[in-house]
Amino acid sequence: MRHFGADASGALGGPDWLSERRRAALERLDELAPPTADGAEVWRYSPIDQLDLDAFTPAGAARSDLSGALTLAEEFGRGPRIVVANGRIVSVERGTLAQSVGFGPAPGSGGTSEALGTVAGANDFFVTLNDAFLPDVAVLEVPPKVVLEEPVVIVHWHDPAGPDGPAPSTFARTLVHVSEDAQAQVIEVYAGGQGPGRSLVVPVGELVVEDRGRLAYVMVQNLGPHCWTLARIGASVGRDATLRTFTAGLGAAYGRCRLDASASGEGGSTEITSVYLGSGDQVHDVRTMQDHVAAHTTSDLLCKGAVAERSSSIYSGLIRVRNGAVRSDAVQTNHNLVLDESAHASSLPILDIEENDVRCAHASSVGPLNEDQRYYLESRGLSPERAERLIVLGFFEDIVARAPISSAQGPLRSRIGHRLGALLGRGGGDG
Amino acid sequence: MTAASTDTLRVSGLVAEVGGVEILHGVDFEVAPGEVHVVMGPNGSGKSTLAHAVMGRPGTTVTAGRIAIGDTDLGALPSWLRARAGLFLALQQPIEVPGVGLEALLTEALEATGRVGARVSEVLGSEADQIGFDRRFLQRALNVDLSGGERKRNEILQLGVIRPRFAVLDEIDSGLDVDALAAVARRIERATSEWGLGVVAVTHFRRLLEELRADRVHVMVGGRIVADGGPELAEELDASGYAGYDPGVPTDR
Repeated sequence: MRHFGADASGALGGPDWLSERRRAALERLDELAPPTADGAEVWRYSPIDQLDLDAFTPAGAARSDLSGALTLAEEFGRGPRIVVANGRIVSVERGTLAQSVGFGPAPGSGGTSEALGTVAGANDFFVTLNDAFLPDVAVLEVPPKVVLEEPVVIVHWHDPAGPDGPAPSTFARTLVHVSEDAQAQVIEVYAGGQGPGRSLVVPVGELVVEDRGRLAYVMVQNLGPHCWTLARIGASVGRDATLRTFTAGLGAAYGRCRLDASASGEGGSTEITSVYLGSGDQVHDVRTMQDHVAAHTTSDLLCKGAVAERSSSIYSGLIRVRNGAVRSDAVQTNHNLVLDESAHASSLPILDIEENDVRCAHASSVGPLNEDQRYYLESRGLSPERAERLIVLGFFEDIVARAPISSAQGPLRSRIGHRLGALLGRGGGDG
Repeated sequence: MTAASTDTLRVSGLVAEVGGVEILHGVDFEVAPGEVHVVMGPNGSGKSTLAHAVMGRPGTTVTAGRIAIGDTDLGALPSWLRARAGLFLALQQPIEVPGVGLEALLTEALEATGRVGARVSEVLGSEADQIGFDRRFLQRALNVDLSGGERKRNEILQLGVIRPRFAVLDEIDSGLDVDALAAVARRIERATSEWGLGVVAVTHFRRLLEELRADRVHVMVGGRIVADGGPELAEELDASGYAGYDPGVPTDR
């Protein structure tokens, strides 16, 4: 922790309230121990013990060319966009957004949205580290009854890490606040960090959907092969509000995404879809919580991943139905394809049900390609390689088609297709 | 029957086992292009094993006998090469393949035999109409969210696009209502003249024969073909049942 002191935090600048907030976080950080794999359940099987924070230092302003980030933003949507580099907001394009919509850095005075810090786990070590070292907060604040037609794109770009010196770490922060009866779509993309050295990416996102609001959220992690990323997304939906999320773990050496979605208003509903694809020595680590706080709430989770070569994955999902959340309905499904003998996938469903009058369903599978499917396609004349490629592409298409923002589907398809093309013996993707 | 045609599907002395248990004890038949053969037998007589042994399903082990189209011995080939040699199997229970569209599969299937798949969508539409398969279902992933009957029609749809030389239809009649069965039977019969499709339809219901005009009927009991004849054989079966043919104890499969 030697590079994560008051000096580094104090040097980040910005409005007074933000500096003060960082100072308070730094004090809390003193009381928190970094997590270990044999500590809390939510870190079980993770390689977190291999992380040496002394080897990292908060990254400075980005020095690399940002044109890649701009191209990426356009690929996912041509509407309003923010480019964040090394955790700092470097450009904001409002596009057609109405003046009443808050978009960009958190306001300089009068505090920011009260929602900041409310849904992302204040006692979490890495959230607190993020609180203490976040350079900026990227905010989308949608006022009541405002409906955003176009997806908002936030690209988080990362400098490549050099081979020498303390490795860079970044602490991006996003807050999406959808007010009563408002609607929005947000796509966040984490990319860059392609250098030969290690880097650490610790983003925190907070998604707050007020009564009858609707939010569609897509997060794509496609960082360089030596990055470690530990993302934490907290979400809360109000009465009769709807949140649909899709997260994709594609890049990084260790890619962790923890998403907790709380249905805290009666009739609220959450949908979580998540996908991961591992190759080489990658480790993907997906943790979810479907938290039913209020009555008549629904949650639907589908998480699918494939591991190839020597890669591994951990999926761990908790369905929690709290006292009073009567007539709740929760579904959790996790399917894992193990494409090589040296790859490994774990699936850990956990139920914590405090109410009787609820419906909970969960299913999970871990295994190689289905032999019956393979035989079926081969009986149509497809070679084993073609059949395997088609089945695996289909396995992912089945979930990509559920991404709640259509402009994200094409870019997701092409990235997954490209990776699979390389893995399954045919170069190139499907466009 | 066209004897010894160079294009005949010839199964001779076929012995096959599943899980170390011998199910087929020596099966012989020959199907010439354009002919329709129906293999009838009770449950557990080995009909599905016969279908999968001919197609080359992994786990169905042929221990003796020969499967050939003309001079091409298929016995040593994996199922995908048997398919490329002109064989097709309509599964008894077509399985779901999530995320894989019919058109993507058929495009690959046609490319596999050097045919250009550019017009697959047109052909698909026309094939669908012929058997009353709702065109909306063409966009769905393979067999996902389809009823049993729709899945069966989906198999015949694939047959119509792929145009194999010989098709083994495993209980194509189950799950189809009378009208659907009639439409499917018409499509199969047209295929026998359109491109000389040879058909082996296995079933345990005589009602298939009421719709599908058969050239030959084979009765299968206990892993053996115990009688061959024309369509009239089915009527005898109706009167006397399979018991009269029983050469031994039927197996489990």
